[in-house]
Parts: sequence; structure tokens; C-alpha cells
Amino acid sequence: MSALRDAFKEIARYPSAIMGLVIITALILLAIYTVITIPYSEGMRLWRGGEDIWIENPRNARPTWVDFFSKQGLPKTIILNTQPGTVNVGPPLPGGLRAVQMALAFDYPYDGFPSEINLFLKAKFDERRPYIALFWLTPDGQRIPLGERSVRAAERYSISLDRHLAQRLGRRPPEIGLFTAPNAPVENAVPLKGKYQLQLEGFFFEEGSTLDAKLVVYGQVYGLAGTDHRRRDLMVALLWGTPVALAFGFLAAVGSTLTTLLIAAIGVWFGRWVDAIIQRITEVNAILPVLPILIMIGIFYSRSLWVMLGAIILLSIFSLGIKTYRSILLQVKEAPYIEAARTYGTGNFRIIFRYMIPRIIPVLIPQFVTLIPSFVFLEAGLAVLGLGDPVLPTWGKVVNDAYANGALYKGYYYWVLAPSVLLMLTGAGFALVGFALDRVFNPRLRTL
Amino acid sequence: MTLVRILRYVILRALSLFVTVVIGVYLAILIANMGGYVDEIRKAQIREQIGATMLADLKLRTLPPSEVRQVIDQQIELEEKRLGLDRPFLLRSFTYLRDALTLSLGRAERLTSDTGSRQVRDIIIERLPATLLLFGTADLIVFSVAIFAALFLSRRYGSLLDKVVVALAPTSAAPAWFYGIFLILIFASLLRVLPFGGMVDVPPPETAGAYALSVLEHLILPVAAILVGSLFISIYNWRTFFLIYSSEDYVEVAKAKGLPSGAIERRYILRPTLPPIITSFAFTLISLWSGAIILETVFSWPGLGRLLFQAVGQFDTPVIIGSVVIYAYLLALTVFLLDIIYALVDPRVKVGGEAGRSL
Repeated sequence: MSALRDAFKEIARYPSAIMGLVIITALILLAIYTVITIPYSEGMRLWRGGEDIWIENPRNARPTWVDFFSKQGLPKTIILNTQPGTVNVGPPLPGGLRAVQMALAFDYPYDGFPSEINLFLKAKFDERRPYIALFWLTPDGQRIPLGERSVRAAERYSISLDRHLAQRLGRRPPEIGLFTAPNAPVENAVPLKGKYQLQLEGFFFEEGSTLDAKLVVYGQVYGLAGTDHRRRDLMVALLWGTPVALAFGFLAAVGSTLTTLLIAAIGVWFGRWVDAIIQRITEVNAILPVLPILIMIGIFYSRSLWVMLGAIILLSIFSLGIKTYRSILLQVKEAPYIEAARTYGTGNFRIIFRYMIPRIIPVLIPQFVTLIPSFVFLEAGLAVLGLGDPVLPTWGKVVNDAYANGALYKGYYYWVLAPSVLLMLTGAGFALVGFALDRVFNPRLRTL
Repeated sequence: MTLVRILRYVILRALSLFVTVVIGVYLAILIANMGGYVDEIRKAQIREQIGATMLADLKLRTLPPSEVRQVIDQQIELEEKRLGLDRPFLLRSFTYLRDALTLSLGRAERLTSDTGSRQVRDIIIERLPATLLLFGTADLIVFSVAIFAALFLSRRYGSLLDKVVVALAPTSAAPAWFYGIFLILIFASLLRVLPFGGMVDVPPPETAGAYALSVLEHLILPVAAILVGSLFISIYNWRTFFLIYSSEDYVEVAKAKGLPSGAIERRYILRPTLPPIITSFAFTLISLWSGAIILETVFSWPGLGRLLFQAVGQFDTPVIIGSVVIYAYLLALTVFLLDIIYALVDPRVKVGGEAGRSL
């Protein structure tokens, strides 16, 4: 215990190691926070979810904080529901007819145009659908008719995709045309600020008919992380990527170092043909190309993260690390305390597990710490090749999505930057600690 | 006597390396075919393809269905025989092994070279220059700069420059492709001064000079990515290595004798560290062969790494095996040569040492 404390004291001498430890701690805390606040099933539901979950989010919206840098009021999403007070149902007319009027009003103070406008209508009726006409009122007093329709039980009117409307607005996309003065040029257009209103006017044909309307004016910014091409909040993937990356890196590092160490120890202890066979297998293993094999497994068999983990560990059991461990263990084997253990008849495996392996663990620790991020990046690399886990959200998959959807060409930098920064923090955190540990535990480096 | 000993050692070593190559390549064949599973995929593809062509054949439409079935079965059988799929996989795997070891790489299943050849050799040779250009440039810069910078820094141990390099060493935690994404973001996407990827402009420039310039322009970002990913760690490792060797007693003695620092470096530091330097250089050279799958994908660089990725994606086992077997031979050859070179440059290594003890 005191040895550990001493080691820690020595590490504390390196400011870089302290920084690394702070980063690692922050990542672990973030991972714990994620697992607690978004349980696994909820995280997967959100990440796998389609439009049913995310329909009210804008597509490819930038994070809200970019507003801070651009000094431009980028629009946030505005969601308006019909309230009981705003629905005005008139007295019954002959034939069961009733006039209905409702208005959805909102203030638009932003400098940019919305990215999309959708109107969701829900009607209750037995046989005859309610019939309504839509009008768009702008701050400068225009009243633009948006057409008339008989409303089905549930329907979506994608205003920004209405080509007839675009035609009438002077061949301008509706999300621009509806927010500017008529005939304003499309280039460098700025939206009119002020009160907008969507009016719905029409008739109910039945006694118990009702109509609910929801207007979504999609913004250009969303949340702290923005959204992707499927409207998903990237925060879900960024948060859940943390525990996944840490667990994967840690398990792969533990699995590969411990098995390699054990094999090296067995070879050294039993020597002769056991050692020779292990040496030859190591050499054969060096010929096998690791990444192509992982890619093959991904394409032919399974892309599951845990299958990949197993394959990585299997391939690294006989890695070239054996040669390094072997050279250290060969010295350990000759140590007097091992000889003493042998003279009083200690079993082979007891010597290996209790006397030899613990002796070289300190040498291993720095290497182990620096291995963790390399596996995290290996997973990210596989994801970038399109072989990421199909279910789990990982940072690499976010980068892959961004790449596949041309984020760099279209200027959605946030989409690449956020996961990359997290990956880099992971890499930097473990590397900083690993380098410091190397200097502490490696006696030859200590004086340097 | 010495000669016989050396000869015996060399032959034994060559034999053991060859056996290693054989086993490694055979394992690669088994894996690349997923233990015969790829055959099932290929058979299903043949069945589907022939079924589709037969359905499109107007002449066959006049025949009764049972005869059509027969014709299709015949065609499938013929095609499977042509590809050798009628023999059990285990038997064929040994044919593959023989072909691979004799470097008759055969024909690709699906991939073709840009000139249209299906020979695996042509496909690989076509991609080789791209990989050699990119990784040759980058790795040679890393290797030579690292050695010289490390020697320089080990003399100025503790200086500001030294501290900067030590502080930058953890950049190696992220791989080159990762920095590649950042570099593309900055220089291609944001500043628009360098191309996003590829090896040459589309369409390629007519004159040789313009072509070379265009390739050079495309080379900047991937090389920069590799340098960021591995230069600092290389300098750091070599610097530490040289520092360890320059704190040896015999170096102190040499310093005490008042030898010039150049002579100390050459005779007392570089000489004992020569074997690791040679090893590192040799492994740098053969690592050129495999390219780098992810980096080449990120930069759409038409090299061997990308070829391998395409081959895996299209179940093109001959190309995969071809690439593996050449790598295996290169590796074995390098290890073999290194053994001999060690004996030449390092007086501590006695070839066939164990036999020597009995003498």
C-alpha cells in the first residue's frame, strides 16, 4: 500500500500527469453520469429511434453555442400547439355545420431563416373530415394563403416542401418566402422580425369533431451538441460513447496484456519446447494482418463491439510483446527468491502466478495505460471504415456518419469536431499519465 | 569450423522462417475464406447470377419449367467447376497454399486493375507506387528526422526544445488518420487551400510537370498527418534511447579522456545503438508494404491499404492472400537479413552461439 502511495507521490511531481489524471477522472465521471441519467435501454431507444422520437428536432442543426461565436441570432426551434383559448368554434349552423377558427402566433426575433416548417394536424371525426384553409400572416401585414385541405385523422403538412407554395412565393423556398417581404431577392435575404401568425379557418361537419394543430418552425441550432441527418440529438451519442469507449479500451487492454504476460511467463518458466512453441506461434502471429482480419470479421460475421473485442484479444495473445516480457522474465526467473521458492517445493503455476507475474506488473503499468487509448482509436477506426457496432452509439460512428453525409464538404464542422475532441481528450489523458508512469516505474528512465 | 557453424545456423534459421511463413500464410488463407464460409457466399452469388441471366434469356422461355431448371443446374455446376468450388474446401486450401507460396497469385474474383487486368499481380503492382510514394516519403522523413533530432536533443538534454518535444510526445496517442480528419477540416474544408483527398486532380493534368505538382499538392495533408502522429514519439523514443546509452560508464570514460563530442557520438553512442536503428529502419521499410487502411480511406488514397479494404469488402480472397503472402515473405526475409547483419555489426552477437559454447 505504501509503495502505491509512494508511486502516486512521484507521479504527482509531473504536472502533465496531474492534467492527464484530471481528464481521465472527468471522462469516468461523465461515463457514470451517462449510465445513471440515460439508462442503457433508454439510450438505445433514443439512438435507434427514427422520426417518431425526433420529429420535432431540426436536421443537421448546429449546437446552440455557435451563436455565441457568430454573433448572429440563429433561429431556435419554435413549437406551437393549439391552446384551448385560441380555438374558436362558432355556433351550429344548418346541417350540423360549425365554423372553426384558430391561430398559432409566435414572435420571430432571429437573424437567420428557419431550416424547415412542418404543420401537424390531428382531427377527430366519424365520417366527414373537417375542412380548413390556412393563412400565413407576416409582420409587414401580408396574408399568404397556404391552401385548403380536408384533414385526415393525423397528417403532416410539410410547408417548406410545398412546391406550389414556392412557386407562388416567387420561386423561393417557403421557409424564406414566408419570412421576407414579397419579391425580396433570395441572396443575402434577412427575415422580417416580429409577430407571425398561422391562421386556420374552416368548418366541422360533425357534432363531436375536434382539430389539433401543431406548428414546428425548425431552427438552425439545437442543444449543446446539435443534431445529425436523422434529427437525432448528438448529445446521446457523445454521452453514451464515453462509457462504451472506456469499457472497450480498458477491457481490450486488460485482455491483451494479461494473456500475453501469462503466456510469456509460462514459456519462460517451463522453457525448452514450450518456450520454443510459444516463440514460433508469436512469429506466425506477426505475419497475420490484424486490421484486415478484423475487417473480414466485421464484413462476414458480426460487427458487434464485443465480437471485435474478443477478436482483438485473441489476435494479441501472441503479440510481439511476448518477446519484451520474455527478456524481463528471463532475468526474474534467475532471481534468488524464485530459487528459494523452488527449493521448498512450490508448484509451477504458483510460482508463475504468485512470484513471477506480480514481479513484472509495475513494468507493465505504463504500457497498459498507453494501450487503452490505442484500442479506443482502433474501435473508432473500424467505425470510420463503416464497421462500427450497429447498435451502440460510439464516437467513431458519429464521425463515420458525419463523413458519410459529407459534413466536411457542407460545413457541419460541429458534427466531426465534438466526437473528435472527446477522442483526443481520451488519448491525451491516458497518454499523459502513461508517459509519467513510464518515467516513474522504469528505473533506467528515472534519472533522466 | 566457424564456416560450417555459420552455414548450419543460416540454413536452420532459413528453414524455421520458411515454416513460419507457410503456417502464417495457411492461417491467412483459412481466415480469408472464413474456413470455407466465403465459398457458400460465392455459390449463392453464382446461383443468383445464373438464375437471373437465364430468366432474361428469351429462348429458354419456350421450354417447360423442369427443363429450364435442368439447364440452370447445369450452368451452375459448370460455373462452380470452373471456379473449383466442386472440390471440398480443405483440399482446395492446400492448392491455394501452394499457389501462394510459389507466388502464382492468380486471378482476382471481382477487382480489376485500372487497365482492366484481372491478374492479382497487375492489380497489386498498380497500387504499389501510390503507397510507396505516400508512406515512403512520410516514413523516411520520420525516421531520418527522428534520429538526427534525437541525437541533437540528447546532447541538449533538459533544454527548452527538449522539453517541448517531451511535452508533444503524447500526441502519438491518436493515430495518423485521426489527425488527417482535422487537417482536412482545416486546410481543405475551412481554408480551401488543399484538396480533400485523392492522389491527383480530376481530370489528371496533361503535362508531366503539372501532374507532379498536383500529386505533390495531394501529398501534403496525408504526409503531415503521419508526421503529427508519429514524429514526436519517434524523437522522444530515440532521445531516451540515446540518453540511456550516453550515460554508460564507457562514455563517461571517453568524455574524461577528452574526446571530441563527435567522436564520442560516432564511436561510443551510435555504434552500440546501431542494431536497434537498423531493425527499426528495416521494419519501417516493410511496413510500407501494408499501407494503412484507415488513413488511405480517409484521404481516398489509391494505395495498397485501400485495395485490401476493397478486396475484403468484395470477398476477393485471391487479392487478400496475395497481399498477405508478399508481406509474409518480406517479413521473413527482413528478419533473416537482420540476423545476419546483427552478427556483422554487433560484436556481442555470436552466430550459432549455443554451439559456440561447447567449443
